[in-house]
Amino acid sequence: MAVDRSRLPALGPEPPFRFPEIRRRTLPNGLAVWTVEQHAVPLISFLVLVPVGAAADPPDRPGLAAITSDMLDEGCGDLSVIELHDALGRIGGHLDAEIGSDATIVTLTSLARFAGRGAALLADMLLRPRLEARDFERVRELRLNRLTQIRDMPPALADRAFAQLLYPDHPYGHLPIGTEASLRAMALSEIGAFHRATFAPSRITVVASGDATHEELAGLVNEAFGGWVGDPSSAADPRRLPAAPPSPSGRIAVLHRPDAAQSELRVGHVGVSRATPDYHPLLVLNMVLGGQFVSRVNMKLREEKGYTYGARTSFDFRRGPGPFSLQASVQSEMTVDAVLDALSELRDIRGDRPVSKAELETGRAALTRGYPRNFETAEQISRGAAQLALYGLPDDYFSTFVPKVLAVTEADVTRVAMEHIDPSRLLTVIVGDRDKIGPSLPRLNLGVVTEVPAA
Amino acid sequence: MNIPFTRHRLDNGLDVLIHEDHGCPIVAVNLWYHVGSKNEKPGRTGFAHLFEHLMFEGSQHYDRGFFQPLQEAGAWLNGSTNADRTNYWEVVPRNALELAIWMESDRMGYLLPALTDAKFETQREVVLNERRQNYENRPYGFAGMALVGALYQPDHPYHWLTIGAAEDIRAARLDDVRAFFQTYYRPRNASLTLAGDVNTSEVLAMATDYFGGLDAGDEAPAVEFEPPSRISSETRLILEDRVELARLYIAWHSPPLFAADDAELDLVAEVLASGKTSRLYRTLVYEERMATEIAASQNSREIGGFFQVVATAAPGRTLAQLEQALARALAEFVDEGPTAAEMERCLAQAEANFIYRLQTVGGFGGKSDQLNAYNMYLGDPDFFDRDLARYRHVTPEGMQRVAREWLRPDGRIVLSVVPKGRADLALDRSQPVAVS
Repeated sequence: MAVDRSRLPALGPEPPFRFPEIRRRTLPNGLAVWTVEQHAVPLISFLVLVPVGAAADPPDRPGLAAITSDMLDEGCGDLSVIELHDALGRIGGHLDAEIGSDATIVTLTSLARFAGRGAALLADMLLRPRLEARDFERVRELRLNRLTQIRDMPPALADRAFAQLLYPDHPYGHLPIGTEASLRAMALSEIGAFHRATFAPSRITVVASGDATHEELAGLVNEAFGGWVGDPSSAADPRRLPAAPPSPSGRIAVLHRPDAAQSELRVGHVGVSRATPDYHPLLVLNMVLGGQFVSRVNMKLREEKGYTYGARTSFDFRRGPGPFSLQASVQSEMTVDAVLDALSELRDIRGDRPVSKAELETGRAALTRGYPRNFETAEQISRGAAQLALYGLPDDYFSTFVPKVLAVTEADVTRVAMEHIDPSRLLTVIVGDRDKIGPSLPRLNLGVVTEVPAA
Repeated sequence: MNIPFTRHRLDNGLDVLIHEDHGCPIVAVNLWYHVGSKNEKPGRTGFAHLFEHLMFEGSQHYDRGFFQPLQEAGAWLNGSTNADRTNYWEVVPRNALELAIWMESDRMGYLLPALTDAKFETQREVVLNERRQNYENRPYGFAGMALVGALYQPDHPYHWLTIGAAEDIRAARLDDVRAFFQTYYRPRNASLTLAGDVNTSEVLAMATDYFGGLDAGDEAPAVEFEPPSRISSETRLILEDRVELARLYIAWHSPPLFAADDAELDLVAEVLASGKTSRLYRTLVYEERMATEIAASQNSREIGGFFQVVATAAPGRTLAQLEQALARALAEFVDEGPTAAEMERCLAQAEANFIYRLQTVGGFGGKSDQLNAYNMYLGDPDFFDRDLARYRHVTPEGMQRVAREWLRPDGRIVLSVVPKGRADLALDRSQPVAVS
């Protein structure tokens, strides 16, 4: 059959999609247990959501939450660190612990036939970490070494400077890893106290997903976590969330990196929280602006100018207002031109060049038509479900996502762009060679350049 | 693992593999071309990858960029180039499959009429920026280049990394693109897998309609190479880089992908450095605290492999100390072989890793990519069970033997990457290596 290449083929009818069913229950000790069946492969995965992250670090102890999560697999219950990891290896376990501002998430995936053992090991790690001095000293040393290595990692340097400048004296103003001074001053007892106060069954959600029935999955969690009694010190909420800080006085900051081949850029300001009623219009805005390959920012900086391998924007929706930012790593010689283009794009979408009908449709369609692929694997589903638990989203969140995005109009997008992108507040952070870019910085017209120290 | 599929070879030589999985209403389109950086010549490196970029810039019948219509249809898409192959993939909602096939077939058949100098020049800049971002501006970013440069003689196809040399990328010409396309981007040099929520006979008909009419072309020339010169004595290299902590790389030649001893060496790497209970982590990081991180891998590719151990020194430690500890641990392993507990662990991990890779229909990896890999490298896509069996049949004696035969103290490259001005941290008698 001859094919018609005169035009692209039309899409067929949208396939119906049934979201995986999440069953929710609460154990007598307050632990929320969510289960999802996924029988495609013989794996079972447990995700433990602790809705406390690096933003709960005491002001003089940045890094406390992160090192606490790092200590969980350094020996627990009757097992030394070596014995624990031997046991994890024998079940083909993949353990992962990640910490963000708002949450600590620990996942363990293993072959389904070993899931009972996996749940027991996970419970041991979360409930009964040994927290021994010898292990603490070693882990602290590794974290200090990591901090040392960050001195030569432009993306991490840019993230850190950006957070510090946007959020002075605020829980979002530091990277989870913390600072050298804080890590050195930290005592093991502080980790124990933080763990007791934070890891409480009434606060935690366990999402179990994979190749077993809802009843079996819930049974596995109950067996491992049902006997857990929280510490009295966990009654008080360890999280603090002061109001977002005022805009920084300076508009541009440079961290000098001699002979850098590229400049690492962050351009942005404090944005909005996850609870914003503008969540869906902002997602569409971001798709048009810098959330996918064909977005304005990437097409301009990469596909038209060739300044970078890729540029993107994001609204980091957190419990409190997280950062809105544009991120790119650009050729050193083109730094100022790239920043000028970036600033233009952020300004123009607010009205000078508002989102077009075609852009709106592309942005909405990319979000809605691609939505089902976020529900292919057990771990993807668990991670999606964890977001519902973390931010208290409604049970029908997944099934209402598509209609809510489709309801977003051009006017909505322009309105949220006006409201949530403020060119006069944008801070530009550059990690790059000041000698190469310094002379042309005045072209940006952003005023006095703040020097960010290298370490 | 039961991964049923069908394979059909179209008249022009294109292999079409179809796997039905109705778990999610999506389809993975995964297209491999049997060309990578090993098809390049010295002085012309980085070209296969630069070419891959141009495949996203439009083709004759849709000359407006590859991403737009597909992202609008809800697709996730990308491509990648390595030494042996270039792949292009889309994961689309089932109703956009025809669109993806239209687009893939158009660039397979009709790329050149849409090619312009402007596109080429912009993508050259993008690639140079990709190189800056991922190699030049990244700590230890040049180590890989230094290693393959030393492992393989200058005319061996693995002597350079896929990203290539910056001056070669700058020297590439538009005419090279045309010749490259006509030589390698032919149906007979490609393998297409469609995996997901499809009906086999329907999508076979669709693929035949769109791809079947494309010109088969001539057979692509085989890669000519001499086996790598045997490393007869240890080679020590030093690279001063913008890093804070010194790092040691040790590399040996090893067998190609799927060849004898490949699976054994995979498991040796697992036992040596995977997880906190592995031998090297336990000794160097946990007990002696002389290293901050440790890694080992069997990097097996189509015409050869290399086995690599990497360790980063803790402050105050030298790479000589690290090297001695590594050598001791390795010698012990060769003497004693793995313990029963190590065998149990590495076999469970191998099985789990195998299954983890097959959880998705596509994307970077997934079932479609694995089917194409088996088809292209072995001519046998039905290899899942035998692939897993390669690991299940590994014995402690086998692991001991491959470690002894391949990981010889006198047949290795040892690269010290040290902070600028700290050559004292490197192994003594190391020769400076020039990479940029």
